[in-house]
Amino acid sequence: MGGHVVSLDARITAELPGFRLDLALSAAPGEVVALLGPNGAGKTTTLRTLAGLGPLAAGHIRIDGAPVHHLPAEKRRIGVVFQDYLLFPHLTALENVAFGPRCQGVPKARARALAMEWLERVGLAGHAGARPRALSGGQAQRVALARALAVEPRLLLLDEPLAALDAHTRLEVRSGLRHRLSAFDGATVLVTHDPLDAMTLADRLVVIERGRVAQEGPPAEVARHPRTDYVARLVGLNLYRGEADGHEVRLNGVRLHVGAAHRGPVFVAFSPAAVALYRSRPDGTPRNLWRARIAGVERHGDNVRVRLDDPFPVSADITQAALADLALAPGQHVWAAVKATETTAYPA
Amino acid sequence: MTSPSAPRDAVRRDPGRPGRTGPGRGAVVRGRVPWALAVPAVIGLAFLVLPLAGLLVRAPWATLGERLARPAVLEALRLSLVSATAATVICLVFGVPLAWLLARVDFRGKRVARALVTVPLVLPPVVGGVALLLVFGRRGLLGQWLESGPGVTLPFTTAGVVLAEAFVAMPFLVISVEGALRGADTRFEDAAATLGASRWTVFRRITLPLVAPGIAAGAVLCWARALGEFGATITFAGNFPGTTQTMPLAVYEALETDPEAAIVLSLVLLAVSVVVLAGLRDRWVGTS
Repeated sequence: MGGHVVSLDARITAELPGFRLDLALSAAPGEVVALLGPNGAGKTTTLRTLAGLGPLAAGHIRIDGAPVHHLPAEKRRIGVVFQDYLLFPHLTALENVAFGPRCQGVPKARARALAMEWLERVGLAGHAGARPRALSGGQAQRVALARALAVEPRLLLLDEPLAALDAHTRLEVRSGLRHRLSAFDGATVLVTHDPLDAMTLADRLVVIERGRVAQEGPPAEVARHPRTDYVARLVGLNLYRGEADGHEVRLNGVRLHVGAAHRGPVFVAFSPAAVALYRSRPDGTPRNLWRARIAGVERHGDNVRVRLDDPFPVSADITQAALADLALAPGQHVWAAVKATETTAYPA
Repeated sequence: MTSPSAPRDAVRRDPGRPGRTGPGRGAVVRGRVPWALAVPAVIGLAFLVLPLAGLLVRAPWATLGERLARPAVLEALRLSLVSATAATVICLVFGVPLAWLLARVDFRGKRVARALVTVPLVLPPVVGGVALLLVFGRRGLLGQWLESGPGVTLPFTTAGVVLAEAFVAMPFLVISVEGALRGADTRFEDAAATLGASRWTVFRRITLPLVAPGIAAGAVLCWARALGEFGATITFAGNFPGTTQTMPLAVYEALETDPEAAIVLSLVLLAVSVVVLAGLRDRWVGTS
């Protein structure tokens, strides 16, 4: 292939209840691409279609330039780590990992030696004889990864690799997974609905909504410049679309002053922490000051998130102490202010 | 930042084990059981239990050991066990693949095939025996060819007993195994396929071990049905002591000549049934 090397090049279409999945997906060797999206967006369907477990309505799947979409799953050589790992319950960890090589025709003793090497690589040589039932969630995940990699795939797929773990082990397993994925020289596509997993594991995010690519880019770029409400919610920003005229952006009826000058349709994003609330009209010069109605108040980590709905929806984070001082209640009106320098505007 | 980590259904059904609902910790207080339900229920239970109790009460316990040791009884028992086991093996060899086909492969006429499988289940066994005669009898559709060709005669032989029992018992195995296959998590088979396993390898190394408890339960059920087979056997294989007279046939014959012997033989069959039931325990109940 000319220009840059592509390991995975796919265009996937499939009929899903209510909408049509249609997306182009590519990944370079060694690259980790995260498919991020709400439940039912088509992420898992995409993964199953890539693996050959779901039908491809139209399009193509090429791995290292060779089309594989006409092949059954067992001939594609695509490694898959399933959501709850699906380790074969009647086989030991070693037998699970040796299963792939055995299917490829590797003699039994050789396959077991190979499986042992893989278990050593994921730090589980001591659990070779254990049945999946006796493994912890994190260990099961590592065995599942070893099993998928033991067939030396050119493409590795991971379906919600951390979803089955509790919050406590998740952190540790995540960093281990990140480390092992960086050692894999093929392309990796992982599916997750957790932005933190996506941001920490992936080199590139592909956000899918209702079967389409909604936004795509490096994690930092996506986090800073969300382009859909879903992404904005994921990364925790207030997001608006409006018409810019210099430093002023019109969002149906309201005007916001922004730091950078633009012209034409733009997105404006700012953090809930950048919003200040006052009971009475404040002195000073915040350029963006408006009277808003409180729609709800809820705990948010150590802080309190105040949702404002009139004249436009905004989330504001304040401290517990501020909440006590302000004595806020739903239905009340407050003054809200955002400094122009705290906002980010970028072309829509 | 909103955390979208909604609780996922992490608890999956343990493959191969039917869902068992354990008793709740604190029982809910409910109203009285209505008489309209309690009375018929107790009568129904008594109706099922009383005849068995009668069998136990009237058994000639004093001469039991001596009667059980009689060659005719042992011969019938041996023939019953051997033919039921052989029939079960035949049912396993053909029934498990048939169950797999019905559970895993989409083909035209599948609904009809499934309906046909269950026909011997509801067919009077005597009719099954007549049908077997028409096909495997000495002048039957296949029977005349079997006799003139390889010289095999099935009717009125021990092989005929096995055939009749297999015909009647196979649906039990197929239905039981198909249920187990449908209940098994097919995602394990998906996982095996992505590792390069052909469908045959997936079946042999993944599916079969996963549904082994279901197959075992089906085989026991099948064996019990074969053991008790009467109608098709007597019609197709006759009633010849030593070659085709199984326990149920011996019971029937003894009832006319030596009723006490019939009771003894019945007791043996009852004991075998109880052992089978104990072996199945909760497996049987729950998988429908």
